[in-house]
Amino acid sequence: MMTRLKAHWPVLQQPVRDAGLAGLMALVVFGPIVGVVLNGYDFNLHAGRVAALVAVVMLGRFLLSLLLQSPKGQRWLQRFDDASAGGVQVLAAGHRSALRWVIPLVLLAAVLLPFFANKYLLTVVILGLIYVLLGLGLNIVVGLAGLLDLGYVAFYAIGAYGLALGYEHLGLGFWSMLPLSALFAALAGAILGFPVLRMHGDYLAIVTLGFGEIIRLVLNNWLSVTGGPNGLSVPSPTLFGLEFGRRAKEGGPLFHEFFGLNYDPNFKFIFIYSVLLAVVLLVLYVKQRLVRMPIGRAWEALREDEIACRAMGLNHVLVKLSAFMLGASTAGLAGVFFASYQGFVNPSSFTFFESALILAIVVLGGMGSTLGVVIAAFVLTVAPELLRSFADYRVLLFGVLMVLMMIWRPRGLIRVSRRGVSAPSAGASA
Amino acid sequence: MDGLFLQQLINGLTLGSVYGLIAIGYTMVYGIIGMINFAHGEVYMISAYLSAIGLALLSYFGLQSFPLLMLGTLLFTLCITGAYGWVIERIAYRPLRNSPRLAPLISAIGISLILQNYVQLSQGARQQGVPTLLDGAFRFPIGEGFLQISYTKVFILVAAFVGMAVLTYVIHCTRLGRMCRATQQDRKMAQILGIDTDRVISLVFVIGAAMAALAGVLITMNYGTFDFYAGFIIGVKAFTAAVLGGIGSLPGAMLGGLILGVAEAQFSSMVNTDYKDVFSFSLLVLILIFRPQGLLGRPQVVKV
Repeated sequence: MMTRLKAHWPVLQQPVRDAGLAGLMALVVFGPIVGVVLNGYDFNLHAGRVAALVAVVMLGRFLLSLLLQSPKGQRWLQRFDDASAGGVQVLAAGHRSALRWVIPLVLLAAVLLPFFANKYLLTVVILGLIYVLLGLGLNIVVGLAGLLDLGYVAFYAIGAYGLALGYEHLGLGFWSMLPLSALFAALAGAILGFPVLRMHGDYLAIVTLGFGEIIRLVLNNWLSVTGGPNGLSVPSPTLFGLEFGRRAKEGGPLFHEFFGLNYDPNFKFIFIYSVLLAVVLLVLYVKQRLVRMPIGRAWEALREDEIACRAMGLNHVLVKLSAFMLGASTAGLAGVFFASYQGFVNPSSFTFFESALILAIVVLGGMGSTLGVVIAAFVLTVAPELLRSFADYRVLLFGVLMVLMMIWRPRGLIRVSRRGVSAPSAGASA
Repeated sequence: MDGLFLQQLINGLTLGSVYGLIAIGYTMVYGIIGMINFAHGEVYMISAYLSAIGLALLSYFGLQSFPLLMLGTLLFTLCITGAYGWVIERIAYRPLRNSPRLAPLISAIGISLILQNYVQLSQGARQQGVPTLLDGAFRFPIGEGFLQISYTKVFILVAAFVGMAVLTYVIHCTRLGRMCRATQQDRKMAQILGIDTDRVISLVFVIGAAMAALAGVLITMNYGTFDFYAGFIIGVKAFTAAVLGGIGSLPGAMLGGLILGVAEAQFSSMVNTDYKDVFSFSLLVLILIFRPQGLLGRPQVVKV
């Protein structure tokens, strides 16, 4: 046994040393916070939890060091350096993805869903789609234009409160507020964006963070208008004046009576789902086109190198502002859907955590990748519903995910790919 | 000059000196790697918990005298919070030294989510507190009322001043400080001259965390209560202080902290307490728009 250990010692030396150091650090860091739980001015000891954590850290560090010094690990490290350097993957001109049949299939499933889904599934999918919308909007700002917006939730709040306040003071309903909220949010984006977009990336992050908090605090404290922490109620949406309730609240005709159907409480959600799906598809289409237009190219160019862009004659403030406003208006749309889905709005739905969650969607999906954002939005909103028992660990997992993604794949899980253009041959052009 | 104004001035100065201590962490890290340490507010929050834990442990072992208790708690909190600073740099910043600019920012936001949730999970979501250690106050009759300066506030002002003085000495007069300043001026050149810049960067994170720990102990002494969410608001405010004073400048951070603390205290006594956070955040937005280099900072020159 001893001789075998001695033979392997040179290989094991470094990992054992690393593991020891990591374990020591873990003990110092986790020891007091995890092990000594405050109870009034007194405390309870939980040594077992600390021991388990330290053991996990040591084992993890040991295996990692062992892996990284093997030839395989070395190659892995090498690839890792390449991955963080590479940007967009360019496909051949005539390239057709092997997975192209997936999109029509998903669309078909999305259209058929309301016919067989129960209320619970429907609400979960609506929430997922709202986050898809938010993710797509933030993806334009962070992923394409490279502006880290940490107050994105403010525009979402503007959309949601726009619906509630528009109904209360002006009697406007879902349909009129849908475009108006988008407009208001875009306007707010312009007002905030115009002075701050000349700033450095990190400053922008902080200013938007401050702006998001200002909006939330105002919503929380301005009792006479926003209702403070209790929030406001939001009207149910209507279809050409037809109401979805069991009995008419506004005196209008009822949807189920008009069509001679039996009353079903799902009607409201089916309606929201259908409109939301249409809006998401529209936004997807618009975004897909925009990316290929000069403005989309300008966003990406600006993200990669601002100085070079300005030297080429791009007006960086206008280019950034357009991305910022477009992202904000998408969030405004999402806010209207969220408010009518929930039936009321209050400030606790618009905390910094929400901004971080949307950012996590964009980061996980791949900065600038549309498909990635759609998948990530569903994974991050639907997975917590499925894993109810892990609900306490949700934020922790988001955090870990963000850190690991940045280390492992800063450009996201799905690499952005772009179809190349082949030069027209001489014969064809003649 | 009425009594209320003076009273709020004293309150603002105490609060501001603590903001200044936290702002040092932002300003030093920004100076050396040009990035905002988003997890710094959470480091402060951790240190508040650590100070309560340290106090509980020390009084459990029968320590009663205030100076010893304070010294022990400070030492305990400073060391362990410093370790947190080191770990944060090691996990969220060092592997990302050469990645796109947004990457370390996002990983730091990740770390701050992790720290919040981790403290909530291990210590529970309820508010925690520490007993009052230093009772009593100086009272000066002014006009009709009293100007009251509690011993705790005096202690905070003195401790913050001493902390600043020690830090200034370390940065300006020791070998270690010279290494920090060299790395701040030009990282590549410092490396060529034989300075282990990775170690210096780690050290800056540790120093920043230790200063936040000092702030954590002092604020916990003053207010007595805290929770796992305490780091966010104070983090943004300390950042405002750092920007106000000119990010990258040490005296600027302290000055910015004092100005912000006094302005906030006066605002909440004269205008409205509910909107004092809105006031600070608006101040941040306005400074960044109109004078991004701050009071003592130099304007940034972009080099190609």
